[in-house]
Amino acid sequence: MASENPSASEYVLHHLTNFSVGEGVWTLHVDTLFFSWLTGIFFVTVLWLGARTATAGVPGKMQNFVEMLVDWVDNSVKETFHGPRDFIGPLALTIFVWVLLWNFLDLIPVDWIPVLAYNVFGFEYTRIVPSADINAPFALSISVLLLIIVYSIKGKGLGGFGNELLTHPFGSHPLLWIPNLLLNVVELLAKPVSLAMRLFGNLYAAELIFVLIALLPAWILFVPGSAWAVFHILVVPLQAFLFMTLTIVYLSLAYEKH
Amino acid sequence: MQVSLGTLIAQGISFFVFIYVTMKLVWPPLVKAMAERRAKIADGLAAAERGKSELEEAGTQADALVRAARDQAAEILEQANRRAASIEAEAKADGERERERQLAAARAEIEQELTRARDELRGQVATIAVTSAEKILGREIDAGKHRDILDKLATQI
Repeated sequence: MASENPSASEYVLHHLTNFSVGEGVWTLHVDTLFFSWLTGIFFVTVLWLGARTATAGVPGKMQNFVEMLVDWVDNSVKETFHGPRDFIGPLALTIFVWVLLWNFLDLIPVDWIPVLAYNVFGFEYTRIVPSADINAPFALSISVLLLIIVYSIKGKGLGGFGNELLTHPFGSHPLLWIPNLLLNVVELLAKPVSLAMRLFGNLYAAELIFVLIALLPAWILFVPGSAWAVFHILVVPLQAFLFMTLTIVYLSLAYEKH
Repeated sequence: MQVSLGTLIAQGISFFVFIYVTMKLVWPPLVKAMAERRAKIADGLAAAERGKSELEEAGTQADALVRAARDQAAEILEQANRRAASIEAEAKADGERERERQLAAARAEIEQELTRARDELRGQVATIAVTSAEKILGREIDAGKHRDILDKLATQI
């Protein structure tokens, strides 16, 4: 901790500061990356354990659980995206499970991991929820933007995509090309921004409220704390689901001809 | 809250790494297993349906067989009855004929016996009559001379 008896604002700010390495724009948020990889390796391992010995016969408990998840994601994709799912399926699965686990980290009492990290490793700052660090949601949503462009070209061809950028939505008159292009670029950029901001906003606000609740006296702390946690449990899967669903919707809009 | 390009890029790369791992290790075996199981279940259901219809068909076939067998048995029974009746009638007729025949034979024999006895008697009567007459008359009657009387007598007996 920065000081032994921090003021309320110091405490809150301390909780909202990442453990960074480097300077300027090339700063790395080590805590965000660490917990992303931790949750990522965890979910990939769990899914792999279920998939490793997958058979068409009677599935075991592990396989059953993983299959349920995969089947649900596959159906969600199938309903919206009408094309090959070899990539979109794993993409949607990765987004849902990964974001879900990020969000779940928000339910760990706010002081546990930072105090542990400080006392054991001497880390000054530790933020464990990647989705409350704006860089993580934007990393996902900008990746999705790149995929939107890739799938637009894949679905409509380079010419078709360019044509759509220039002639939609106002018309194909050459004078309208510039306004069309501007509008389309804005629309294209709005997608990752809305995706990332929705997730980040929800989780950042929730984290802030947990931090504020942590400022209350210890004897009353658990009442609003558990109430907010119960409410937050609804937000955790909902945001993960929204991120996944909207990604699928954006990609299917990009892939299909209008 | 601080924008960090390094974190952004590193996080984006991590994202694709995890997608790749999911795509290679997790997704295909599970989707394959589920598709195979779906096919297996569909096959099983189809087989069950087929078995059911086959069973139904076998049931109707068995019913038909039983009905045919019953008809045949009834026919055989009727035939046997008819045959028994005809055999009985034939036997009865045979018996009747035999009885008639034996009766006729017996009758003929009796007739023959009677004739023979009558002839014999007739001969004896003539002798008795001659003897009686001799006794009555005290002398011999010439049988040759009185043949006509004796014959007349014999026919009257």
